[in-house]
Amino acid sequence: MTLRIDIPHDSDSSKEVRPTFFNEPPVMYTGGDLPWQWEEDGMICTRSAAWSAPGCHDGCGVIVYTDKETGKFIKVEGDEENPYYQGRLCMRCLDVAEAIYHPDRLLYPMKRDPKDRGKSDKWTRITWEEAYDIIDEKFTKIRDEFGGKSIIFASGTGRVTPPINARLGYALGSIQYSYFHSGNACYVPRVAAANTIMGCYTCPDFSMQFPDRYDNPEWVAPKNIFIWGNNPLIANADGNLGHWVVDCMKRGSKLVVVDPRLTWLAARADLWLQLRPGTDSMLALAMSKYIIEEELYDKEFVELWCYGFDEYYEAVKPYDLDWAAEVTWLDKEDIIEAAKKMAEQPTAVQWGLALDMNLQCITASQAVHNLWCITSQVDRPGGMITVHDPYNTEVWLPPDPREVFTPQQEKERIGSTYEMITNSGMVQCQADSMIDQLVTGRPFKIHAAWIQSTNPLACCAQDPEPRVEKGLKNCDFVVGVDCFMTPTLMANCDVVLPLCFYPEREGLRSVWYYIQNTNKACEPMGESKDDFQINWELGRRWNKDLWPGETLEEYFSYLIQEAGITYDDSRKLNWIYPEFHYFKYANGEQRPDGGLGFNTITGRIELYSLLLQRWGQKPLPYYAEPPMSPYSQPELYKEYNLVLTTGARHYESFHSEHRQMKRLRSNYPDPRFEIHPDAAAERGIEEGDWCWIESPIGRCRERAHITPIVDPRVVQADHGWWFPEADPEDQGEGCFATYARNINVVLPSECGDTGFGNQSKCYLCKVYKCELEEIALPEPANPKDRFAEGSFRNFTLEAEMEA
Amino acid sequence: MAEKAYGLLINYEYCTGCMSCEMACSVEHDIPVGQYGIKMVEVGPWQIDKKNWQLDYVPIPTDMCDLCAGRVAKGKKPTCVKHCQSLCMEYGPVDELAAKMATATTKNVLYVPKAGTVA
Repeated sequence: MTLRIDIPHDSDSSKEVRPTFFNEPPVMYTGGDLPWQWEEDGMICTRSAAWSAPGCHDGCGVIVYTDKETGKFIKVEGDEENPYYQGRLCMRCLDVAEAIYHPDRLLYPMKRDPKDRGKSDKWTRITWEEAYDIIDEKFTKIRDEFGGKSIIFASGTGRVTPPINARLGYALGSIQYSYFHSGNACYVPRVAAANTIMGCYTCPDFSMQFPDRYDNPEWVAPKNIFIWGNNPLIANADGNLGHWVVDCMKRGSKLVVVDPRLTWLAARADLWLQLRPGTDSMLALAMSKYIIEEELYDKEFVELWCYGFDEYYEAVKPYDLDWAAEVTWLDKEDIIEAAKKMAEQPTAVQWGLALDMNLQCITASQAVHNLWCITSQVDRPGGMITVHDPYNTEVWLPPDPREVFTPQQEKERIGSTYEMITNSGMVQCQADSMIDQLVTGRPFKIHAAWIQSTNPLACCAQDPEPRVEKGLKNCDFVVGVDCFMTPTLMANCDVVLPLCFYPEREGLRSVWYYIQNTNKACEPMGESKDDFQINWELGRRWNKDLWPGETLEEYFSYLIQEAGITYDDSRKLNWIYPEFHYFKYANGEQRPDGGLGFNTITGRIELYSLLLQRWGQKPLPYYAEPPMSPYSQPELYKEYNLVLTTGARHYESFHSEHRQMKRLRSNYPDPRFEIHPDAAAERGIEEGDWCWIESPIGRCRERAHITPIVDPRVVQADHGWWFPEADPEDQGEGCFATYARNINVVLPSECGDTGFGNQSKCYLCKVYKCELEEIALPEPANPKDRFAEGSFRNFTLEAEMEA
Repeated sequence: MAEKAYGLLINYEYCTGCMSCEMACSVEHDIPVGQYGIKMVEVGPWQIDKKNWQLDYVPIPTDMCDLCAGRVAKGKKPTCVKHCQSLCMEYGPVDELAAKMATATTKNVLYVPKAGTVA
C-alpha cells in the first residue's frame, strides 16, 4: 500500500531556530500506488481530505462521489485506504450533502452600508471583483492613514484558516492575526506551555505518525492512556482522531480519565478521577510529589535530560495527598493509583481544553506536562511523541511574522505586553486586549476587521452585553467570510464573501504527521469560493512575494516545496509521511542545530522554566484556587451554589456549526445543561425543563438534562448556540437570538496574568426554572418578508430553489 | 431464496454511541428524519458500585434495514459497518459470525434483521 521514496536531504543549518522548524529525514512514505480518482457505476470517485468547511480539526480521508454526467455531488464515504482515519467518518461529515444542498447557504458576495448593520434587508449582490475592489480600497486607505496595525485579521478554531489569515494580514502590513476567545483559551496555551518548557509540542502516540499504523514494528500500545480534560471521541482534540483511543483499548491500553463528567471513556476506564473543575494543577502536583517521593520517576532520564529537578521537587513538596484530596474532591487512594499508572512506561496523555480554560492554564499545563517528562514518556513508543509540521508545510501553524515585520513592528501586535503570548511562538493578538481596544479605541483605534470562518458572537462573545459585537460596531469596515449568514455576519459585516464546502475545493491538509491534498470533486455552487483561494487572490493584490505562484496550485506547490514535490505530485501520491524517529532528543534530531537534547536554553526539558522566569512568571508550577469557587467565594456560594463548567461536546455539532442541519439538529434540538438528580430534585427541576442558569454577572436559559454523570455540586452547560430559524435581526437577544441561550453571557471575558486562560470551565451559578412566558425566542412584531427586496436570502440557494 | 441467514455482529464493549451508523444508513437510503434503518440506544448511565458504571450503547437494526443489499452485491460493506468509528461492527453469514461470537472475550450482540432471515 505505501511506497518508500528517498528524497534529497537538505541539511541547511542556517535555518532560524523555531520550535516547529526542522529538516525531515531523507525518506518519506506515500499512498502512491493508489488512484486518486476513478469511475464507478456512472459516478466519479475522488479521494480527498475533508478539511472544512463544514468542519472540525480533523481532515478525514474521504471518497467524494459525483455524477459523471452532471458533475454534481452525490455523496461522501470514508476512505478505507487512508491510514489516519481508516474509513470511519463522524455523523457530521456523513451529512455533508445536507450542507452542500442547504437552502441557507450563501452563493454570492454581497455588501451592505455600515449604517445598516444588523438589518436583514439592506444587502446588495456584488461581483467578486467588486468585493475585492471595495476591500482593497478600504483596507489600503485605512492602512495608509492609520497603519496596518489598525486592521485585525481574525479566524476561529484551528482549521486551515489560521495560517492563511495571518499571511493575508501580513501581506497588507497588519500584524494583528487574532482570535476572539477570552484568554486565547483553546489549544494555544498548552502549545505555548510545551514550547516554553521543552521547545516543542508532544502528542500521545496512537501510531498516527506511521502509514502502517498499529502494525508498525516500532510502535507499542500505551500501557496507560490518560484522558485529561477533554472528551476526544467527540472533540477529536488537536487534530487527533478520538476513536484511536478505542483502537488502543482493543490492543490492551488501560484508561485513566480525569474529567468532572462521566464520559463513555470514563465509564470504560480503570480509573475515573471526577475532579472538581479547575483543580487540575493540584492533582498533577500531588501526583508529582508522590512519584518523586516514592522514587517512581525515571532517574536516568531526569539526570540526563531535565533541568531544575531539585527546585521542581521543592515546588511540589507542599502538595500532599490530604490537601489534594480536599481540594480536588478526589479520594487519596485514587490519586495514588493515578500517580503509579503515570509512572509506568509507556504512558500517553491526551490532554485537552479544560487545561486551557483556567486562569492558571500555563501553570496547570506545565504541571501536567512535567508528569510525562519526569516519568520519561517523551518520544518513547506508546508515550508522548514530539511533533512538528511535516516539511514545514504551512497549513496548521501561522507563518513567522519575522519574515515580514521588524521586532519594533511586532511590538504593535495587540497585547504584546503579555510576554508569554508574544514570545512563546504563538504570534496571536491577546484576545481580551483586542476586545478592549475594539470597544475603547485605546491605545489606538481598530478601524477595520477581517473575520474569516469564525462566528465569535455565538462562540466567543462573553459577558452579559457582549463587547465583541459592540467593539466590531466601532469599526469603520468589517468583512465576513462564511458559508451561512451567521449572527456575526448579520450584526457586524459590511461585505460578506460566500465560502464553499470541501468537496468543491482544492487545498492541503496537514496537522503534524502527514500531508494530503483536498481534491476538488465538483464545482462550487453559485459563486462560492474556498478560504485558500480567497486569501491567495486578495493577498496577491497586496504582496505577491508572500503569496507566490501564478496559479493557486503553484501556491500549494510552494507550500510543500520542502517535500521536493509539486502539488500535482502530491495529489498522485495521496498522502505523504516523513519518516518518523523515536527518541529524537538522544540522536540530535530534536534541535534545528543538530545538537543533542531539546530546543530550549539549557538544551533540556526545563522543569524549572528559565523562559517563564524571564517573562516575569513563576518558573515552577503551583496551584491557585480559581477566583470563583466554593472556597474562594464562600459568601457568593451561598446564593450561587453550583460550580459551573461549560462546553461539553456533542456529536451533532462543532462549536456553532451545524445548527441548520435538520438531520443533526433533530437529534439535539436545544442547548442543555447537565444536573445531578439530587441537585435537580432540590430545585424542583424535571427532565427537559427550561431553566435559567444565572451567575453574578448574567443569565441564560437552557434545558435541564438530569443525569448522574456530574457531581451534585456541579452543572455542565452547552456552548455555541444560535438559531438559524429565529429572526435574523436583533429582537433584544442578538441576531438569530444568539444570546438567548448562550452560556457565554453568564461568563466574564478576562484572562489570567500570562494573557492566557479564562473561566469557561470553572465558575459559579445558580439554576432555577423559567416562567412559561420566558422560554420562547424573541420574535419581531412585524416579521419581514423572507425574500423582501435586499434580503440576504435572495442570494442563497433557497432563492435559486424557489425560482 | 436465501439459504443462509445474514446478520450484524456488534462488539458493544466498544460502541461509543457516536451514531455514525445511524447517519450513514439514513443518508445512504434517504431515510426520513426521525426514522432509522439502525438506531442506537443508550443503556445507562448508572453507578453499579464504587468503581463500576453501567453505560452501554447498542445499535439495533430496524425493519428498514436491508443489510445494504445493493452495496453488498457490489462487494462493499454495509455503510454502517464501513463508517463505524470504533470499527466494532461486522457483517456476514450468521453461522460465521456466531462462530466468532462463541469465543468472545468482550460484550457482543448478533442481530439477524428481517432482511437477513432465511426467506
